[in-house]
Amino acid sequence: MTIKVTYIEHDGTEREVIVEEGVNLMDAALDNMVPGIDGDCGGVCACATCHVRVDPDWADKLPAMEDTENAMLELADARDDRSRLACQIIAAPELDGLVVHTPEGQH
Amino acid sequence: MPEPTAVSTMTDAPTNNNAVIIGAGQAGAQAAFSLRQQGFKGRVVLVGDEPTLPYQRPPLSKAYLAGELPEARLYIKPQGFYDKADIELLTSARVEGIDPGARQVRLAGGDTLAYRHLVLATGGRARRLNCPGADDPRVHYLRTLEDVRGLQADFVAGKRLVVIGGGYVGLETAAVAARHGLQVTVLVARPTVLNRVCGPEVSRFFTQVHRDAGVALCCDTAITAIRAESQYLVIDTNNGYSVQADLLVVGIGLEPNLELAEAAGVSCDNGIATDENGRCSLPDIYAAGDCASHPSAIYARRLRLESVQNAVEQAKTVAASICGKHRPYTQAPWFWSDQFDLKLQSAGVVSGFDQSVVRGDPETRSFAVFYYRAGVLIAVDAINRPTEFVAARKLLDQGLSPSSEVVCNEAIPPADFAATVTGAKPVASHG
Repeated sequence: MTIKVTYIEHDGTEREVIVEEGVNLMDAALDNMVPGIDGDCGGVCACATCHVRVDPDWADKLPAMEDTENAMLELADARDDRSRLACQIIAAPELDGLVVHTPEGQH
Repeated sequence: MPEPTAVSTMTDAPTNNNAVIIGAGQAGAQAAFSLRQQGFKGRVVLVGDEPTLPYQRPPLSKAYLAGELPEARLYIKPQGFYDKADIELLTSARVEGIDPGARQVRLAGGDTLAYRHLVLATGGRARRLNCPGADDPRVHYLRTLEDVRGLQADFVAGKRLVVIGGGYVGLETAAVAARHGLQVTVLVARPTVLNRVCGPEVSRFFTQVHRDAGVALCCDTAITAIRAESQYLVIDTNNGYSVQADLLVVGIGLEPNLELAEAAGVSCDNGIATDENGRCSLPDIYAAGDCASHPSAIYARRLRLESVQNAVEQAKTVAASICGKHRPYTQAPWFWSDQFDLKLQSAGVVSGFDQSVVRGDPETRSFAVFYYRAGVLIAVDAINRPTEFVAARKLLDQGLSPSSEVVCNEAIPPADFAATVTGAKPVASHG
C-alpha cells in the first residue's frame, strides 16, 4: 500500500512522491531526492533538522505530537502551529495526498 | 599499470578550484554536500576507505545492531544525491600520504589527486584491547558496518556476551543485547560507567537500569587475559575472577586518525588542530569531525568531540570557509544515547564540573542533571526530558547561566530559565 505526498520547497517547487505505508516522511524525502530535509540524527527525534510545515487541511488527520517531538521543535527555525518533524510522520492510508512544506532554513 | 579507475583521470592542475575530502563518514559527506549548498562550483572528490556509501554510525550500536534498521537506512544520503550534486565518491580508496607543497594526495595503488582545498575528515578507529588473547576472532569492535556484520551471527538469544567498557558504545550494546535475550556482562575498568562523559547521578542511574535489566555490570574491573577454550572464551580479570563468553564486544574509546596530518606537518593537539573556521596550520587544509580539535569559546579550551553534531557543524563551517564565507563553529556540543526505553540527551561538556544538581527524580526515569563550574552552567544531561535538553542547548549557546535553585524548581518551566538570569532579556511570550 502506498500514498502520495507532496513536498513544497520554500521557493514553490513541488515534488509529488509515492511513499510506502509505514515509512516516515524524512526517509521518504531522502529516498525521493527531495531537498531541504537534513535528518542529522537519522530519524530518532534528536535533532529537529527535518522540520516541515503541514498544510492546515491535514493538521487534524495527523496523529498528535509526542512530547519529545513537541520539545525538539523548539529548536527549529520559525516554528509555528503547522510545524512537525518529518521523521515522526509515518505514511498511513488516511494521509494519502498529504502536502508538507520544507522551510528555507534547512537548505 | 594501475587499474583504470576514476582516479587515474584526475589530473586537475593545482590551480583548479577543486576540493578533495579525505574520509567519507558523517563529516566528510556533510562537507561535500555543504560545499555544493554554499555554491562551490569546482570538483568535489570524497575519498573513503570503506566500500559503501557514507553512513551514520550511531545506529550501529542501537537500531542497526538490534536488526530494526535495514542497511540502506544507514546511508546518510542515497547514491542519487551524490550524482545530482556532482560529488565524486571514491569508495574502498585509501589515502597513503599528503604532500602539502605539491598540493597532492597520494592514494594506495599509486594514483594521486591534486587539490586546491583539502578537508581532513579522517575520523578515528576503535581503541584496541591490549591483553593476551585479544586477537581472538570472537573479540569484536563496534565502529564500522563491517564490525557489526562480523558479530551478528553470534548476537543471538542465549549467547553469553561480555562487553568491555562502560561508555556509550558499551552500554548501548549491552542494552540491545539484553533486550535480545543474550546473557550480558559488562566489565568496566573505571570506577563508574559513563565516567568521562556524565556525572555520578547519571552513572548511578544507568548502572541501576542495566542491572534491573539483568545485565551483570562490574566496575573497577580490568581484563588481564582472554583465553580460548574449545567452545568459548574465558576472560580473566584483575579482581581474580573469570567470566565465560561466546563473544566479546570492546568499546573502550576512539583513537583519532591523525597519522596523515602529522606526516604532512599539520599541527595536532589531541586532534588535528583547527581554528574556529575549521582551518588547519597549513594553508588550504581544513579538518572536521572526530579527528579535529577546535577552540571552544564556551569552554575556553580546545575540544575534540566524537558526535554527529560536531561532525555536521564543523563540516558546514569548513565548507563555508572554502567558499570564502565566515561561519565560525561556536555551537554548544550536544549528543544523544538511546538505551532501553530511555533517551539520554546531553548538552555541553561535563568535564570539570564542581557542582551538579538534579531536576526531577531518577526513580521516575525522567530527570535532568545540571552541571556547574564556578557557578556557571556548563552542561546538562536530560533523561527522557527533551524540554530540559532544548532549554539547555539554548542557554549554553547564549551563554546564560540560571542558578542551581532555579533549574531544580519544577514549578519553573525550562523555557523560563533564561528569563531568570540577571540581565537577560525576558522571553517575549512570557514578558
